[in-house]
Amino acid sequence: MSYLSKSPWIIHYDASSCNGCDIEVLACLTPLYDVERFGILNTGNPKHADIFLITGSVNEQNKAVILNIYNQMPKPNVIVAIGICATSGCVFRECYNVIGGVDKLLPVDVYVPGCAARPESIIDGVVKSLAILESKHLKMTSGNEATQEISKVA
Amino acid sequence: MVTVNRVLLLFAFLVGAPLLGGLLMGIDRKISARLQGRFGPPILQPFYDVGKLFLKQTLVVRRSQNMFIVFFLVFVIVTGAIFFVGGDLLLVIFALTLAGIFFVLAGYKSSSPYSFIGAQRELLQMLAYEPMIILAAIGMYMVTKSFSVAAIIAHPTALITTLPGIFLGFLYILTIKFRKSPFDLSLSHHAHQEIVRGIATEFSGPTLALIEIAHWYENVILLGFIYLFFANDPILAALAAALVYFLEIIIDNTFARAKWQLMVKSSWIVTLVLGMGNLLILSFVR
Ligand code: SF4
Repeated sequence: MSYLSKSPWIIHYDASSCNGCDIEVLACLTPLYDVERFGILNTGNPKHADIFLITGSVNEQNKAVILNIYNQMPKPNVIVAIGICATSGCVFRECYNVIGGVDKLLPVDVYVPGCAARPESIIDGVVKSLAILESKHLKMTSGNEATQEISKVA
Repeated sequence: MVTVNRVLLLFAFLVGAPLLGGLLMGIDRKISARLQGRFGPPILQPFYDVGKLFLKQTLVVRRSQNMFIVFFLVFVIVTGAIFFVGGDLLLVIFALTLAGIFFVLAGYKSSSPYSFIGAQRELLQMLAYEPMIILAAIGMYMVTKSFSVAAIIAHPTALITTLPGIFLGFLYILTIKFRKSPFDLSLSHHAHQEIVRGIATEFSGPTLALIEIAHWYENVILLGFIYLFFANDPILAALAAALVYFLEIIIDNTFARAKWQLMVKSSWIVTLVLGMGNLLILSFVR
């Protein structure tokens, strides 16, 4: 346990979500769930963020935006796909403009399924991603490639 | 003996100020959360944040932008060092301004539209608070006949009794100096989606941590100014500084953001009426 898992800062991006999952992400910040008690902050700035929360499926239009945000995040960082849309594309996967889940574009570390994903499972997913954040940092400092990427389903 | 004392004070400031500043920030976040009906982060959260930032990668737009932040931190520390060894109050004010200028330059250097707006707003903030800080120093000089912090502390009566207007004016601009709502324009701390993070937008990892630490030092120096107004009774003075900080947290949580026009106008009116008024009365009385 290092400081990384004590103060995870989040950037939240709405790909083509129906807004259901976004409302649930924002619900985590309300007094009822209050994720700030775990040190989690919603930064709105990729350069300050450790965790990239994506809701909704990836489409041709927002592909570039997602890559742009991801490239601006300092390492180590993790990607959490929120909702079944971000996980696999859900019912929209057959649409002509939809590419699919976020993992078609970026290496997703934690999948949080659900339509919409409940705040409890979103928090659970973020907490699960902290262990991956730690292991990525270890890999960064030791340069040890043997530590393999772990993807977990929250 | 005196020099030994001063070295000790200097050491206490260099080590103690960031610890105290970080702790105050943690208390601030906890109280703010409670005022909003939330549980809030641990008191030590600011230290965790800074610890984490040091573990992150540094991303820059231009390499030189980090130099300005280093200078910002260095000059804030120099300011505090002069203040806490009992040096010249005017020098303290000028060094603090210089530190602020480096912060603004860092914002301009990182060439993002958000940091540009943040830097411009920071300049406006300086325009708003600087006259009052100078008047505070002049007021203290008129009462104690000295600009030296050590002499001001040694003055037998509490300065608040002769400088009540200046004290109130200083309280007003303290909100701007702490970068708290209603005047948190340059860093956009609460409305962070508005201009993202203002000046700090383009800074990441260790450099962002340095900005945080500089703010801790800055806050302690500002509370030191409050201490000066009650300096003849150290316990009362420490209590007053704590109360003022608490008041700032309440103000932060109760007021909505103001526009910069209101900030500049109102702070100059306050400076003119309370600051100048106090000085005028003082010059008539003696
Ligand atoms: S998973 Fe359901 S609630 Fe979430 S974005 Fe997709 S359709 Fe909306």
